[in-house]
Amino acid sequence: MSESNEFVRKVAEEKYKFGFTTDIHTEIIDKGLNEDVIRTISSKKGEPEWLLEFRLEAYRYWLTQKQPEWGHLKMPDIDYQAISYYADPTKKKKDSGNKEIDPELMKTFDKLGIPLEERLALSGTAVDAVMDSVSVKTTFKERLAEKNIIFCSISEAVREYPELVRAYLGSVVPYRDNYFAALNSAVFSDGSFVYIPKNTRCPMELSTYFRINARNTGQFERTLIVCDEGSYVSYLEGCTAPMRDENQLHAAIVEIVVMDNAEVKYSTVQNWYPGDADGKGGVLNLVTKRGHLRGVNSKLSWTQVETGSAITWKYPSCVLTGDNSQAEFYSVAVTNNYQQADTGTKMIHIGKNTRSTIISKGISAGRSQNSYRGLVKVSANADGARNYSSCDSLLLGSLCGAHTFPYMDVHNNTATVEHEATTSKISEEQLFYCNQRGISTEEAVGLIVNGYAKDVINKLPMEFAVEAQKLLSVSLEGTVG
Amino acid sequence: MNGGKQYIDLYRESREIIMQHSASLMNAVRDEAFDCFERMGFPSRKVERYKYTDVEKAFAPDYGLNLTRMDIPVNPQDVFKCDVPNLSTQLFFMENDAFYKGNQRSALSEDGVIITSLKEAADKYPDIVGKYYSKLADVASDSITALNTAFAQDGLFVYVPRNVQLKRPVQIVNILRSGVDMMVNRRVLIVLEEGADATFLFCDHAMDNVHFLTTQVIEVFVADNAHADIYELEETHTKCKRFSNLYIKTGGYCTVSHNNITLFNGLTRNTTDVILDGEYSELTLNGCVVADKKQYVDNNTLIDHRKPNCTSNELYKYVVDESAVGAFAGRILVQKDAQHTVSQETNANLCVTKEARVYTQPMLEIYADDVKCAHGSTIGLLDESALFYMQQRGISADEARMLLKFAFVGQVIEQVKLEPLRDRLQRLVEKRFRGELNKCIGCAICK
Amino acid sequence: MLEVRNLHACINGKEILKGVNLTIKDGEIHALMGTNGAGKSTLSNVIVGHPSYEVTAGSITFNGQNLLEMKPEERAHAGIFLSFQQPVEIPGVSMVNFMRAAVNARHKALGEEQMKSTDFLKRMREKRKFVEIDNKLINRSVNEGFSGGEKKRNEIFQMAMLEPKFCILDETDSGLDVDALRIVAEGFNKLRTKETSAMVITHYQRLLDYIRPDVVHVLLDGRIVKTGGAELAQEIENRGFDWIKEEVAE
Repeated sequence: MSESNEFVRKVAEEKYKFGFTTDIHTEIIDKGLNEDVIRTISSKKGEPEWLLEFRLEAYRYWLTQKQPEWGHLKMPDIDYQAISYYADPTKKKKDSGNKEIDPELMKTFDKLGIPLEERLALSGTAVDAVMDSVSVKTTFKERLAEKNIIFCSISEAVREYPELVRAYLGSVVPYRDNYFAALNSAVFSDGSFVYIPKNTRCPMELSTYFRINARNTGQFERTLIVCDEGSYVSYLEGCTAPMRDENQLHAAIVEIVVMDNAEVKYSTVQNWYPGDADGKGGVLNLVTKRGHLRGVNSKLSWTQVETGSAITWKYPSCVLTGDNSQAEFYSVAVTNNYQQADTGTKMIHIGKNTRSTIISKGISAGRSQNSYRGLVKVSANADGARNYSSCDSLLLGSLCGAHTFPYMDVHNNTATVEHEATTSKISEEQLFYCNQRGISTEEAVGLIVNGYAKDVINKLPMEFAVEAQKLLSVSLEGTVG
Repeated sequence: MNGGKQYIDLYRESREIIMQHSASLMNAVRDEAFDCFERMGFPSRKVERYKYTDVEKAFAPDYGLNLTRMDIPVNPQDVFKCDVPNLSTQLFFMENDAFYKGNQRSALSEDGVIITSLKEAADKYPDIVGKYYSKLADVASDSITALNTAFAQDGLFVYVPRNVQLKRPVQIVNILRSGVDMMVNRRVLIVLEEGADATFLFCDHAMDNVHFLTTQVIEVFVADNAHADIYELEETHTKCKRFSNLYIKTGGYCTVSHNNITLFNGLTRNTTDVILDGEYSELTLNGCVVADKKQYVDNNTLIDHRKPNCTSNELYKYVVDESAVGAFAGRILVQKDAQHTVSQETNANLCVTKEARVYTQPMLEIYADDVKCAHGSTIGLLDESALFYMQQRGISADEARMLLKFAFVGQVIEQVKLEPLRDRLQRLVEKRFRGELNKCIGCAICK
Repeated sequence: MLEVRNLHACINGKEILKGVNLTIKDGEIHALMGTNGAGKSTLSNVIVGHPSYEVTAGSITFNGQNLLEMKPEERAHAGIFLSFQQPVEIPGVSMVNFMRAAVNARHKALGEEQMKSTDFLKRMREKRKFVEIDNKLINRSVNEGFSGGEKKRNEIFQMAMLEPKFCILDETDSGLDVDALRIVAEGFNKLRTKETSAMVITHYQRLLDYIRPDVVHVLLDGRIVKTGGAELAQEIENRGFDWIKEEVAE
């Protein structure tokens, strides 16, 4: 039995080092999607009636919609009935009533570099660890509670703080927003909830780590962050998945509300399984992320490093309603082999003297397609709005594509909107210069790509920045020479 | 499909009459084009290339069509005043969609050059026209092209043989004339053989105070080593809607430029598709829009780099005043084999009032790695520090503003190679900015 | 140390080197002079293995190793350093990271232990002094926004960091004012040991006033046509190349 007891099956392929699976009993509901499934999910989570109604309304709306086709993507057909919408790895085989977390789960997250025991944890970071549909553990909850900061799984928040959740859930991304948002609203499983009370500076980084483990399941996480007046929080999100031959669906929603004089920093290092070198398997990452800068002088910054997923369809956006609010979007998207990314942002300027900055760096290699798509909209009342966008593409190899699709809609004469884009490759001269100094071509590519992405990487918190740099180099191994 | 029922019905009812008054080569593609139109209808705003223009609404009113080709008994030379001083051109008039009968025509003195009615040419030179007509303008991919191809009965044909250089620019004055609201479907075919060299100036005018709806499809074939400069100047009036689709295909070692200048109009939608299908060709696409009142100008361009070592430069500038709307979408496509492409696209916009709106969408789509491509797009205000600097030197704020606006579009106008035309454009634009000229010179509505 | 035999090389199908023979012994400094387009930079590029150049005949050995079979980085690890005529800019890559990568790669190739971060930074500080290079430059991206003189100083600084056995100075004096030239040349001299050799490519005597060559070669039309002592450089400074061309023609 030593074989089956083996905690982790080491996967031969080294390049995606998070590709292992965890052998753990997981309660998975039957495949398929209908109203009964939604009722099952809702009852398993012990949800109140209003939330079930919210889910059902979203589901009924989803049924009337078609999957969007405007992305520069070749999307495989998704059979929504072939997916299981709820998988719980924390359920014990015989429901022993034991509250302890299965050590296998702890080990999994250890291996991912996310220790869940607080004494081992990275100092200054509180983690909510989510596997498949369920939050495994949230660390440092008590310490945060001293400052009245709420950081817990969204399921727990629904139970413990129903009024808060009800007030904000769907207020930034309504279920009618788009096809995948409707799907998520119908079946969302777990995710994190953050509430920072007035005039509070969150003393540590908050972070959620998402892990897909079970086969034939989708992950539909939902994150809601509310940062009240005069407060600050920095939030990190990481994610990985095992290597599987079939595509796995990940349709998430992140909603952020930023009140007067508050500031939120949201960083993502997205490293879902990208599929193999022939384009087989990989996660379909179809995500709606949006922040509402409701308050005056509010600030929101999105930073994303996207290296994983077979398909990325993701536009972390900002609605700048509060006067003088400021939004930023910093993105590095790397695609290799057969990966496809169509990612960017939307900056919707509504308040006066609002500012937004977009810095996007696309890096394409192999046979991948990498697109930036972004909208800057200045509405009639947004006097003095300013936007600066810079979108650069780097092509490594002649079989990939790099595309830029910016949209600018300006309905106000006092606005200033600027967009620049360039496309380049790593020059022979740069590689040779590195070679002459004794640096191999492979390493030189890593150096140059990291240099190219530096403006964005610098925006990440320290530990993430180091991880992101490594990821960039690993993702591009073998692309040149 | 979206709307277009009245045009579908009209075609079914009038197919015989349309064909009877056109040439068999043009009739040969008519039904296929109609099928395409019937299938597609008018593009909704969800169609990416038409997201900024409500086509269905523009085509909804009832317009008359001169399907039986009745003569309009007025000599355009008597009423037309759009002369560019010192610009010695070969002048031709188009009355609506028809080659004006009073034009000098046919094989001109210069070495087999043909400038004539498309309908006549189709019958007289079927080998040439048959080889090119409707070969570039794809009826299956654009509703306006499909509609135009189904209804167009006549237009202009220009043929410049091998190594012939036209010394004087060819000026085509498109005059819209009608006593009732009128739809015009004009068709233009230009063929430049290897090494040919020609300059074209199209001027759009409307002579009557009625609503005009024009569809126009221009196909331009530029063979290896040929050179073409094309200028389009629109000076119509607020009751005019123009849908113009220009298709250009080049060979290798060509130099092609297109300047699209919109000064007066109602609603304008220009589609410009250029295929660089030979190596070492150079393309310049320029555009200048000065819009106020409720003018609506939507320029949509595609530069398709199919072969290596070509260069393209694109510059569109808009000054959008009062309640006008300016839209620009420019797509640069660099195909897999088009290594060493150099491409620069710039779109700059001045939004003058709170009511004015600007949409811009510069796109790069790149499948080759050894290329230099860049685009930039700005929407903004006049430079305050420059304004102040000028005021400090004693220039009034209004004058300073005018000078800056003028300098802003000046960058496009400076690139007009025909000096007299450039001078005239500069004067026109300056007057326009000064408010001395808020109407065009020649049109009935402005007289 | 370096042995070049009957070297023929071309770029884009055009033959530039037409049979170069050159022997540089340990500790020697050779100056290479010649008219524009004579092939001086080609020779240095071929020695360091620039991929654009094709060697069609001949051989280069370096301390017994066949250089032509080695990748550019392997040649660098073996101790060959080229001070580029026009050093390329590498945006976003800081000098510190760049040098760390180069130093580590070299240590790895030589089977030595990786340098500790603190030691490395200490070494950066020390070596900076050789060429009086500003700390601000070290914190910037490689060569980005450097003036011509700063780029050249930066090359010598890298030379100091990498401690090569054989250096090629390809017109390191071009674009330098008198003071900068002195600093660069003195920096180079301080780095010299009895074992290190160099090939100095220049048009002018003034660099050779600081870096005294043991041997001076004249390269014309892809061949070394004249070799002499330091006095040959002085003679060229006074008389130009025409008299050598005439000699060759005879």
